[in-house]
Amino acid sequence: MAKPMGPGRGIPEKSKNFSGSVKRLFSELSNFKIVIGIALILAVAGSILSIIAPDKLSKLTDEISKGLVVNKDNMATVTENITNNFKNIDVSKVMTSPSLTSEEKQEFVQMMSNADKDDEKSLIKSFSDLNENIQNVLLPEIEVDGNYINGVDQTKYLCLLSEMSKEVTPNELYKKIDKMPKSIQKSIKPFMDMDKIKSIVMLIAIIYVCSSLFTYIQSFIMATVSNKFARNLRSRISKKINKLPLKYFDKNQTGDTLSRVTNDVDTIAQSMNQSLASFISSITLFLGTIIMMFHTNYILAFTAIIASLFGFAFMFKILGKSQKYFTKRQEELGKINSHIEETYTGLLVVKAYNGKKVSDKKFDECNEKVFEANKKSQFLSGLMMPMMAFVGNFGYVAVCIVGALLTQKGTISFGVIVAFITYVRLFTQPLSSIAQAFTSLQSTAAAGERVFEFLDEEEMDKEDDIKTTLDKDKAKGNIEFSNVTFGYDEDKLIIKNFTAKARDGQKIAIVGPTGAGKTTMVNLLMKFYEINSGDIKIDGISTKELSRDNIHSLFTMVLQDTWLFDGTLRDNIVYNRENVSDKKIMEICDTVGLTHFVKTLPNGLDTQMNENDSVSAGQKQLITIARGMVEDAPFLILDEATSNVDTRTEELVQKAMDKLTAGRTSFIIAHRLSTIKNADLILVMKDGNIIEQGNHDDLMKQNGFYSDLYNSQFEL
Amino acid sequence: MLNSMLKLFKNFKKKDIISILVIIALIVLQVWLDLKMPDYMSAITRLVQTEGSKMAEILKNGGFMLLCALGSLVSAIIVGYITSDVSASFSKNIRKKIFSKVESLSLHEIKQFSVSSLITRTTNDITQIEMLIAMGLQLLIKAPITAVWAVTKILNKSWEWSALTGIAVVILLGMITFVMVLVLPKFKKVQKLTDKLNGVTREEITGIRVVRAFNAEKYSEERFDEVNNTLTKTQLFTQRSFAIMQPVMFIVLYFLTLGIYFVGAYLIDGALMSEKLTLFGDMVVFSSYAMQVIMSFLMLAMIFMMLPRAGVSASRINEVLDTDITIKEGNFDGNTKEKGTVEFKNVSFKYPDAEDYLLRDISFKANKGETVAFIGSTGSGKSTLINLVPRFYDATEGEVLIDGVNVKEYKEYALNNKIGYVSQKAFMFDGTISSNVSYGDNGKDDVTPEQIKKAISVAQATEFVETMEDSYDSHIAQGGTNVSGGQKQRISIARAIARNPEIYIFDDSFSALDYKTDLSLRKELKKYTKDATCLIVAQRIGTIMNADKIVVLDNGKCVGIGTHKELLKKCDVYKEIALSQLSKEELENG
Repeated sequence: MAKPMGPGRGIPEKSKNFSGSVKRLFSELSNFKIVIGIALILAVAGSILSIIAPDKLSKLTDEISKGLVVNKDNMATVTENITNNFKNIDVSKVMTSPSLTSEEKQEFVQMMSNADKDDEKSLIKSFSDLNENIQNVLLPEIEVDGNYINGVDQTKYLCLLSEMSKEVTPNELYKKIDKMPKSIQKSIKPFMDMDKIKSIVMLIAIIYVCSSLFTYIQSFIMATVSNKFARNLRSRISKKINKLPLKYFDKNQTGDTLSRVTNDVDTIAQSMNQSLASFISSITLFLGTIIMMFHTNYILAFTAIIASLFGFAFMFKILGKSQKYFTKRQEELGKINSHIEETYTGLLVVKAYNGKKVSDKKFDECNEKVFEANKKSQFLSGLMMPMMAFVGNFGYVAVCIVGALLTQKGTISFGVIVAFITYVRLFTQPLSSIAQAFTSLQSTAAAGERVFEFLDEEEMDKEDDIKTTLDKDKAKGNIEFSNVTFGYDEDKLIIKNFTAKARDGQKIAIVGPTGAGKTTMVNLLMKFYEINSGDIKIDGISTKELSRDNIHSLFTMVLQDTWLFDGTLRDNIVYNRENVSDKKIMEICDTVGLTHFVKTLPNGLDTQMNENDSVSAGQKQLITIARGMVEDAPFLILDEATSNVDTRTEELVQKAMDKLTAGRTSFIIAHRLSTIKNADLILVMKDGNIIEQGNHDDLMKQNGFYSDLYNSQFEL
Repeated sequence: MLNSMLKLFKNFKKKDIISILVIIALIVLQVWLDLKMPDYMSAITRLVQTEGSKMAEILKNGGFMLLCALGSLVSAIIVGYITSDVSASFSKNIRKKIFSKVESLSLHEIKQFSVSSLITRTTNDITQIEMLIAMGLQLLIKAPITAVWAVTKILNKSWEWSALTGIAVVILLGMITFVMVLVLPKFKKVQKLTDKLNGVTREEITGIRVVRAFNAEKYSEERFDEVNNTLTKTQLFTQRSFAIMQPVMFIVLYFLTLGIYFVGAYLIDGALMSEKLTLFGDMVVFSSYAMQVIMSFLMLAMIFMMLPRAGVSASRINEVLDTDITIKEGNFDGNTKEKGTVEFKNVSFKYPDAEDYLLRDISFKANKGETVAFIGSTGSGKSTLINLVPRFYDATEGEVLIDGVNVKEYKEYALNNKIGYVSQKAFMFDGTISSNVSYGDNGKDDVTPEQIKKAISVAQATEFVETMEDSYDSHIAQGGTNVSGGQKQRISIARAIARNPEIYIFDDSFSALDYKTDLSLRKELKKYTKDATCLIVAQRIGTIMNADKIVVLDNGKCVGIGTHKELLKKCDVYKEIALSQLSKEELENG
């Protein structure tokens, strides 16, 4: 079935290292080695059977055409015998014959006396007018090929014979034969061996059935294997995502990873499912047909191959050209699509700035180019089918003409021509599937490369050698940063020599302009990234000696981005924790002020939370806060956690949080300075350094950056 | 579904219809030639069979057959050329139509469709239709003609053969229907599951910090596996069902040939001597016609498989094309005596299909050079209000006047020339910093490089722009992915400044900036645009404290208008908002 291609598809992506990726692909498939082997053997067997079939079909045709040819030998014998009989007529025999009545004898004498004995034709005519008994006596019964022919039939035969001219056309002869008496027809009519025909038909039927069965089993196996392989790859990718350092996701776009999970894996599965077996069976078919053709008749084989190749050379030239236009088409489509995307997403700006004219102009230009490329690529690719048909017909005529010549010379039988007609079809068909399979194999190699590249990405440290654990219930809550430096890129430091101390139960705020490194500090504390130098200690233990899982379990963290996943509200709050009662959930909802929201939802806690427009940014943020509150941890991190909540709600949440975090160390990053005024320690960050620290009053007295920042909200 | 397709096809132009008529004529010719060929085939067969036939006869028939094949090829090429032209130009026209339509849709309609859906409708859906026309147009015309014609050719040859062919067609169509009924719904499911898989993976990546912070790796892997397994199971079902199609097709086709030969053997055996040869020729010809019949039925089946998908696309496209444009431009060219005034007179607004009003009875006036600010909690309607000025929406009741003239009377172009609008979410075009700042058309001369520089400096963006590699010509990626949120916002503010409008509209455009930048930007702006009127939506009290007028909104109603000081005294809502941000002393000192 034709699969419509979307933008971006259709052109096979070239792989960087074709043979390398194919090898890798096969080594990944080693689990399925045996089943794939079986499938491929079946594919080969299926093609071999479909090559044998035409040969048998030609035998069938031969058998049937035997039923067209008159048995010339018998006809000659019949003619000879009857003519002999006629020439040696013994008149006395009639007179003495005991089986004839006297009236009959009388009739005969009468006829003989009237007849002109020199004119054979009229004599025969007179014979046929005689009583049947007399005829039988006159021309004694003869036997040809087990058929007995009596006098009456012989007379009829002589009659028909005498009416024929010397130069008789086959058609006239056949018409005469239809008039001949049954006894003679039996011996000279063409003979069709129905038993033999039946057995050949049975054989061909069995071949077809087997071949179809093989194909079915093969497709079944390949569908199973390719889908299981795809599942396997997808699940490995999903696991890999969790093992990669965050650095990877900073550098690579989400869309790119996504397309590896879906598009690339799909490409691999699809081409395994369709191309691999068809590639193998096409090659078998191609080679097999050539062998069979030469085996049957080498002259016709050359004719068929040359005639087809002539057409194919032409076709491949066109195909090569159309490939160029397809690439062009994809490019132009990509351009217009990105223009459409830009215009639609920025439509308000386009409209308000009177940008429509410019945008329309660009659109028209792109549209015209897409039109041209579309037209050309479609036209050229549409040529494929009629060209194939023509090549087939051309091969047919060539085979027929050369075949006719050979038949006339008696070199081959008609059945051979019939077989070749099928061979020509079988021969032209795999060539295009081989070409198709090859391009699809190429895009598979490219897809495989991308998938394996991802699976081979360097993972985070496995932390096998980490033995120390810090029990969540026993953690006191002292955190110490000493001379921490860090950069997402080695040569571009974001955090420079950061030193700070948080004592248990303190509320610590980090403020500073965008890009100062506030969120980075939190990332380091959570061990999302490894620090370049310096150390972070929790209760005196270096985070380097603690496993990531251990550290994560010590913190409750609420982020600025409100992250909800496709699931119910309950799923989103409970998340991966088990045995959380509804009562507890409702309590938390109460604390963060979600109760009213839950009540307005159609299914309460069981409402699906997929990209629902009815959930506002503020509500989403409250849900993520609730998620963080399900489990108590000794440390709390709020990274701009309330930036989307209006200031009145924020106050409420803040109070609840304060209650919750009483006695716990907490880190708060906030834009709104009002949020953090009561913090025990405010760290003012700029360009990766702490430039001021202290509580609000201290910092205001210093009259530095913080007081500047703070006062700017009241200035004109 | 078919209806929507037909409706869409009404967009074919006259020229296209003539082209289609030519295509039909050529296809008839092609089918005639295609069906003529078996006649020559049978002639050749008979000649080869009969002893004593002359080579010249065979060559003559062979030549004719090749001529037919060549003629058929030529006509197919011409048909292909015309079809590709028709389909490509059809898609070009529809694409243009949708694009223009979307450009004139109101904000509300765009939100209803969602931008991403509109994009798909303009791109993928059109490609779908184009595919159908390109492939379907030929097949849809050719298949029935071939089928009917070939059937008439073979119908009187022998009822036994015809019956066999009929059975084969019925079996094939039956099988296709069966598989389709079984599999087609699963295809939709596969699509949905693929989307879901994508969704889950996207969630896994976008929420990776949350996943790790909660130690929820296993939880998310389980979620993924669940979808992965269902997807695999469904795919297995569809593909295994499809696996049966090819072998069955193969068997039916070949058994038909075999059956025709087998029945033929009996027919020939029982026939008169003079009819045998004709029968034999008929048999060979019949089997090739029978193939044609079956093939054309298969082609038809293929189109019917494509139809549902294209039908969905067609109706999605129609939905956009059928949307009524609610905002129609007026005739006024914008030449007013009064400059820089914005007045709302008893304005109420609700969405056309909604029951509740989002804005109720709002009245205020902004005079030339004044700054009017709007504040209120999320959902209070401040953005909606400000969007009524550039007519992203139209007021349901009441009037919005600019320079004393109702906005509905302005030409779109003239209205926009008076306004410099900065959206909440900054938007960047693919291009350079300069091209982004000078974007659009304000009915005056082109923006000069000096003006661009000035605008950027007023927007407090000079510092970061000049440190960029190519300074003002630095490349900005589509959507501005290579600049930060705050930088984007400043460029988009510069864009409005470069426009030099009578009226500025800032829809919460300052919240991405830190206090300091926010402050200096507003100071500079005030200096630069003394005469311009400013409408500002804001969340921070600090941003709007010094506005000439502050309009306080609560649930779509105006609950107070006045200066900061006045409002602190008389407006409770304002006081609450202010107190949640600043302490009492701060408010008084400020």
